[in-house]
Amino acid sequence: MWLLITALAALIASALWYASAPSDRYKLGFLSLIYWGATLMWLVDHVIAYVQEGGPFLEISAQATAVGLSVLALGLFVWLVRLLLSDPKRVLQAALKR
Amino acid sequence: MACFVAPAATAIVTTVVQRIVEKREDGRTPEQAEKVRGKWSQRLRWLNTMLWGGTALLALEHMWHGELVPWPPFLTAMQTPGETGPMLHEILTYGVTMTAVVIVAWGIMVGVAELRARAKSMPEGETEAAGGDS
Repeated sequence: MWLLITALAALIASALWYASAPSDRYKLGFLSLIYWGATLMWLVDHVIAYVQEGGPFLEISAQATAVGLSVLALGLFVWLVRLLLSDPKRVLQAALKR
Repeated sequence: MACFVAPAATAIVTTVVQRIVEKREDGRTPEQAEKVRGKWSQRLRWLNTMLWGGTALLALEHMWHGELVPWPPFLTAMQTPGETGPMLHEILTYGVTMTAVVIVAWGIMVGVAELRARAKSMPEGETEAAGGDS
């Protein structure tokens, strides 16, 4: 389930990045690359496990959904920290000057 | 068990490479920098973001499943000698394949970016050649 949630997040982040291109003011390219990296890694993990062990390709359960939402939140948190550090709208800079 | 160790180790190496490339690009003359500034350091940053991002999210998933803990030896498979072998096998199969797939995806991205950059610079080159002949 976390593969599905991360893949969906990667697609949405990529679409948003494309919509705002060529400017990447809000670091959406960074966010989409985080999710694409994780999506590719989990895809490999699921494919190898499916080939070697069989069983269902995706684990659909409340716990698997919770894992998916947690990794989604972690990706957003990392992106937000990066965005606030770059502060493209100078919001933090202005607030700190006051 | 610990498949994310392989992309994490690769990310450490590629981050060091990115820092070296950045330093080299900064040391170029303005004319050289005009052509290549940020080119390869930017591309290596894509790879590092995918590797570090994927590693961080996979590490969280492993923590959730109790395979990674915040105290030594960090990987629970290392606590029992019988699980160390399978853990290393998983790093070498799952981890190395994950890393290879991310690097291949990055290679495709770089290839597309390179083709686009060449297509953009082509008319300029032709124009210069035509100007030189006349």
